[in-house]
Amino acid sequence: MASVGIRSVKKQFGSVQIIHGVDIDIEDGEFVVLVGPSGCGKSTLLRMIAGLEQISGGEISIGGTTVNNLPPKERDIAMVFQNYALYPHMTVHDNMAFSMKLRNAARSEIDARVEQASDILGLKPYLDRYPRQLSGGQRQRVAMGRAIVRDPQVFLFDEPLSNLDAKLRVQMRTEIKALHQRLKTTSIYVTHDQVEAMTMADRIVVMHDGIVEQIGSPLELYDHPANLFVAGFIGSPAMNFIPGVLRRADGRAWVESDGDVRLPLPPLGGGRDGQKVTYGVRPEHLTLDDGGVAAVVSVVEPTGADTFVYADIGGVPICATFDERHEFSPGRPINLSPRLDAVHLFDTGTGAKINRAD
Amino acid sequence: MAVISEGLDRRGVGWRRLAAIVADSRDLLGWLFMLPAAALLLVFLLYPLGLGLWLGLTNATLGEPGEFIGFGNFVTLFSDDVYWLSVFNTILYTVVASAAKFMLGLWLAILLNQHMPFKAFIRAIVLLPWIVPTVLSAIAFWWLYDSQFSIISWALRHLGLIKTNIDFLGNPLNARISVIIANVWRGIPFVAISLLAGLQTIPSSLYEAAVLDGATAWQKFRFITLPMLTPIIAVVMTFSVLFTFTDFQLIYVLTRGGPINATHLMATLAFQRAIPGGQLGQGAALASSMIPFLVASVMFSYFGLQRRKWQQGGRD
Ligand SMILES: Nc1ncnc2c1ncn2[C@@H]1O[C@H](COP(=O)(O)OP(=O)(O)OP(=O)(O)O)[C@@H](O)[C@H]1O
Ligand SMILES: [Mg+2]
Repeated sequence: MASVGIRSVKKQFGSVQIIHGVDIDIEDGEFVVLVGPSGCGKSTLLRMIAGLEQISGGEISIGGTTVNNLPPKERDIAMVFQNYALYPHMTVHDNMAFSMKLRNAARSEIDARVEQASDILGLKPYLDRYPRQLSGGQRQRVAMGRAIVRDPQVFLFDEPLSNLDAKLRVQMRTEIKALHQRLKTTSIYVTHDQVEAMTMADRIVVMHDGIVEQIGSPLELYDHPANLFVAGFIGSPAMNFIPGVLRRADGRAWVESDGDVRLPLPPLGGGRDGQKVTYGVRPEHLTLDDGGVAAVVSVVEPTGADTFVYADIGGVPICATFDERHEFSPGRPINLSPRLDAVHLFDTGTGAKINRAD
Repeated sequence: MAVISEGLDRRGVGWRRLAAIVADSRDLLGWLFMLPAAALLLVFLLYPLGLGLWLGLTNATLGEPGEFIGFGNFVTLFSDDVYWLSVFNTILYTVVASAAKFMLGLWLAILLNQHMPFKAFIRAIVLLPWIVPTVLSAIAFWWLYDSQFSIISWALRHLGLIKTNIDFLGNPLNARISVIIANVWRGIPFVAISLLAGLQTIPSSLYEAAVLDGATAWQKFRFITLPMLTPIIAVVMTFSVLFTFTDFQLIYVLTRGGPINATHLMATLAFQRAIPGGQLGQGAALASSMIPFLVASVMFSYFGLQRRKWQQGGRD
């Protein structure tokens, strides 16, 4: 187990810069999830940590040692690939034993470790099978088993669940999390699924176009997104954004948006009158209130536990969720009131957050 | 108009009924589709083969149909030292040339599989020896090996490495080495390009996983490349062995079997006995005696080719 330090790391492919200076400090035993839209450089960063990709600038250290010029085999890390990369011509046992065999470990030691790993993962009945004879979830487990047997300093996961069906994904998510709680090995996990990130991470790193947008615990990111991108990326259903103009008068502040809509704000610590802003509020922070903002219901989706209501506020589509039951019907006007302490305000141009007054 | 179309209709119905019967019966349809291929095989493969086997059992000569003499030709052959020499030569030629083609071909394939500039161009060049008609390349080698004008001898002489020209084709050992080299040169592209195709089917993530598992370059080759490539190696080498075993053109152009039969292969000897020598029956018997060897190598490939256990079962 070891800490991982990533300092001003850059990556260029030819003349194209993919990663523009990333800083992340990962503590010993932490489970960190790198999340971001497709193509933002998550896999590239992970592969640089593994040593499969050269580092164009900056420094990566594992357990305090700079590894920039260490070949992958000397970094003592194990990686679970998206396509699992199981050796098709080896049995499950041999797949898991391969790394130890290369190190000329004693037969008895190999068998003991493979046995232990297959116990943890429930792979005992499949040790003599070939990868082709396994289901997707079983293959996924073998890939993890191969990593566990190594007992490495760091586990790297590159979207390990993306080839599984929805149900199995949820199950494996829990299993990986439980495994981490048991082994406590520092883990870096890449996904573009924000739900996976929220449920598994100790800390989430949100990446976008080769930079880090925000680092924090899942709830920190959810409650205090640092900018428009993180606010829109974290949370499902996504945060509602209503564009408008900031108005300040008489020590009070509100947002004016299309269709003479006036959106209430808490006392602000920044922002000037007339500034173009984006008003953000999560679907679950909208409540029915006769004094609220006028909206027109367009679609109602009861899921049983919650009801999703899609509506229009001054022509902007928004979503609201209610856990109590109300009568809604499409076309009917309703009044919605945002929870003031859960409203987020962003500068539309820069995406930066406009702070409240505390 | 009506009458005509009615007539057509009636005929049409007959045809359609027949077509329906054929289409309904999977067996019949299958046989129907196989017919053209079967006819070709019958006329151009089975008939000549049968004729060859039959001729081997007769004392036919050029111009005389001959008559059935049982295994007489074989008895003669088996007590003929030149025949046994040709068997030895063929096996030596096949084993040495195939082994060399395999090793050099695999090496070349791995080299071509690396990233390098002008990759497509270099791959195309590698194919050249395979594209040039054998007779042409054989003639080119004949020049290279000429006892007086050989450019190899010339170059070595000018480098001061040798004093007199090398007698490439005049001395038994040299001749054997020379024809094997020519055969290897010609056969490498087939092996290299086929193995290259095989190499490209191995996902790069396997190598990455192996690197992280701590494999050295040699271990990656030994534990990933080689086992993943075995099925293709089995096919390629079977074909390569068959081509080499039945080689005729190269030898015939370069040495005609000489000196003192040192490079006579079974194929060239069979031709020599049958056509210039006029002993059709004996030549045919000699050619027939290649069959057991060929069958053996096909059997070898059949078992080698069987899908490995790891390739079977399960879904993808
Ligand atoms: N070998 C390469 N050569 C050139 N560009 C590359 C190379 N590998 C990746 N890229 C580019 O780098 C960018 C980031 O790629 P990367 O694979 O890291 O994305 P990602 O965040 O993992 O996305 P995904 O969620 O789709 O896996 C992409 O724009 C991609 O086109
Ligand atoms: Mg990726």
